[in-house]
Amino acid sequence: MKNRAALLHSVFYLILIALAIFYLLPVYLMLLTGVKPINEVDLKTMWDLPSAGLHIDNFIAGFQQLAPNLKNSLAMVIPEALLSALLGSFNGYLLSKWKFRGSDVIFSLILFGMFIPYQSILIPLVKFMQTIKLYGDLPGLVLVHIIYGIPITTLIFRNYYAGIGTEIVEAGRIDGAGLLGIYRHIIFPLSAPSFAVVIIWQFTQAWNEFLFAVILTNQSHWPVTVALNNLAGSQLVQWNVLMAATLLAALPTLLVYIFLGRYFLRGLMAGALKG
Amino acid sequence: MLRKFKLDPSRLILAILLMLFGAIAIYFLSRTQLVIAGSNFTSIGILTSGVIFYAGVLVIVAMFENEKLLSISLLAPSIVAVAIFVYGFIAWSIRVSLSKWKGLLPDYTWAGLSQYTYLFHDARFMIDVRNTVVFTIGFIAGCLILGLGLAILLDQRLKGEALFRGVFLFPMSISFIASGVIWGWLMNPATGNRITGINLIFQKFGLDSLISQWHSSPQPWGMAFTVIPAVWQLSGFTMALYLGGIRSISEDIREAARVDGASELEIYRYVVLPLLQPVTLSAVIILGHMSLKIFDLIVALGHKDLRLDVPGIYMWTTTFDGTNYAQGAAIGILMLVSVAILVVPYLIYSIRSEAVV
Repeated sequence: MKNRAALLHSVFYLILIALAIFYLLPVYLMLLTGVKPINEVDLKTMWDLPSAGLHIDNFIAGFQQLAPNLKNSLAMVIPEALLSALLGSFNGYLLSKWKFRGSDVIFSLILFGMFIPYQSILIPLVKFMQTIKLYGDLPGLVLVHIIYGIPITTLIFRNYYAGIGTEIVEAGRIDGAGLLGIYRHIIFPLSAPSFAVVIIWQFTQAWNEFLFAVILTNQSHWPVTVALNNLAGSQLVQWNVLMAATLLAALPTLLVYIFLGRYFLRGLMAGALKG
Repeated sequence: MLRKFKLDPSRLILAILLMLFGAIAIYFLSRTQLVIAGSNFTSIGILTSGVIFYAGVLVIVAMFENEKLLSISLLAPSIVAVAIFVYGFIAWSIRVSLSKWKGLLPDYTWAGLSQYTYLFHDARFMIDVRNTVVFTIGFIAGCLILGLGLAILLDQRLKGEALFRGVFLFPMSISFIASGVIWGWLMNPATGNRITGINLIFQKFGLDSLISQWHSSPQPWGMAFTVIPAVWQLSGFTMALYLGGIRSISEDIREAARVDGASELEIYRYVVLPLLQPVTLSAVIILGHMSLKIFDLIVALGHKDLRLDVPGIYMWTTTFDGTNYAQGAAIGILMLVSVAILVVPYLIYSIRSEAVV
């Protein structure tokens, strides 16, 4: 019986390791190709280890290609994530602790905005952004991400605040605090974990987003996803540089995942299970 | 309402100052341009001034000591934003889809449902529908099977569980664009002298029969292969959902089944799986709405290859390359309908049984 269990465990490990190799294969390829010198880049030897030491020329070349776009992405994502979180926190607080007649209906109507395919609002959005002169540049993209982020940020905060007992709010009221006072002195200080979740979530989403970015910005303001897609489609770029560039473009969200994965996962769960 | 109005002179002054500042800022910004670091911030400035003005209004509302009114007033900006950007724009899109707008200048001449009837007879749109169906089935099935399998494996309390979990989950943090670019190289269809990517691995290990044309295969198999990168990205997420579900099942129930003589396999089959149905439902909704609007992955993988066309790409090229706005809007609305059919019943169900939301 003991032997059978041990055998079973070995089989489990073998399956898990095989699958782990499959999951890591793309990253391995990006790293491997990224560190090869130009003369070693040959489709036939794609999987061979570099024979003449490690080179970082490709990463430098890739960075030179994408530097302005990485900067654009950063300039867009940081204000977007912070403002989104602030707005979501307020909405979540009001919709969980200060319900009024119809507030649940309003919440579900807001929530629906999270699921819509953005192609269904794209034409009016472009026309509207052109009319209010926010078309082509990053401030407009930030605004669009914040607005379409309202559903998910509200949801995450609402669920989080729903877990905080109403007694604490009642206690605040007895002490004479109003709606804003309770938020400032009781709710906000308790919100750090969900702020982390929402900021990380919005950061990742906006960094990885493509459709709004490609439609709403002009070339000098392209975020990194648009530039990367463009780079991949052009014949002029060496593919080892492309691999290095892809890794660079994915690096910020990868690092966020590696170091703050716990919060990242919580955001995911909130978006999926709603509670 | 007025009976509880409490006038506080200092707050009133604050309110007037905020409103005054906001109004003056709007007045000036509407006449000049605000440029910071090369970007035009005029509209953002006007918006910010509007928010400041509204903050003044809120200070006055707060003096009524009617917290429901204050709650609604504080929510109002978000409600208005969603009302315009989601519902207003959907209505506007519907109107465009019923027009003859073709070309850069808006043309709202009534055309009835002609765009929709055209699309249902359009060969390209029919390919898109078929591709979406193939993708959706493959993607959901792949994620659910792999996700559940991984979750059960990781539930065995093996050493290094956290490490494996991390490895299976990390692709989720990468953009569909980056994923499409890498997998485009891994699934390179070249053969003979130019063989590369995964095909090269197959060749090296003598598994020549596995060498594939990948997403360049004849349809619908080509489309089915685009599922691989998508499953690579989201099966770990599905695993996390299932693992959360499994771990929330009380150990007592499983122990009771064990006492009754059930084997581990039977426990999964008859105890765990039935209890995971709500997780499966959530996963299907989340994955399903993603696959119905799949866009960036296919763009990065197929570079607008017509054989791998999906409605999202058709909408994009028709509208912004072909300037056929009416038709583009119609495609967008049909995508919305497909997602709504999946999501709306679930949302209503969730709201009714508050437990889920």
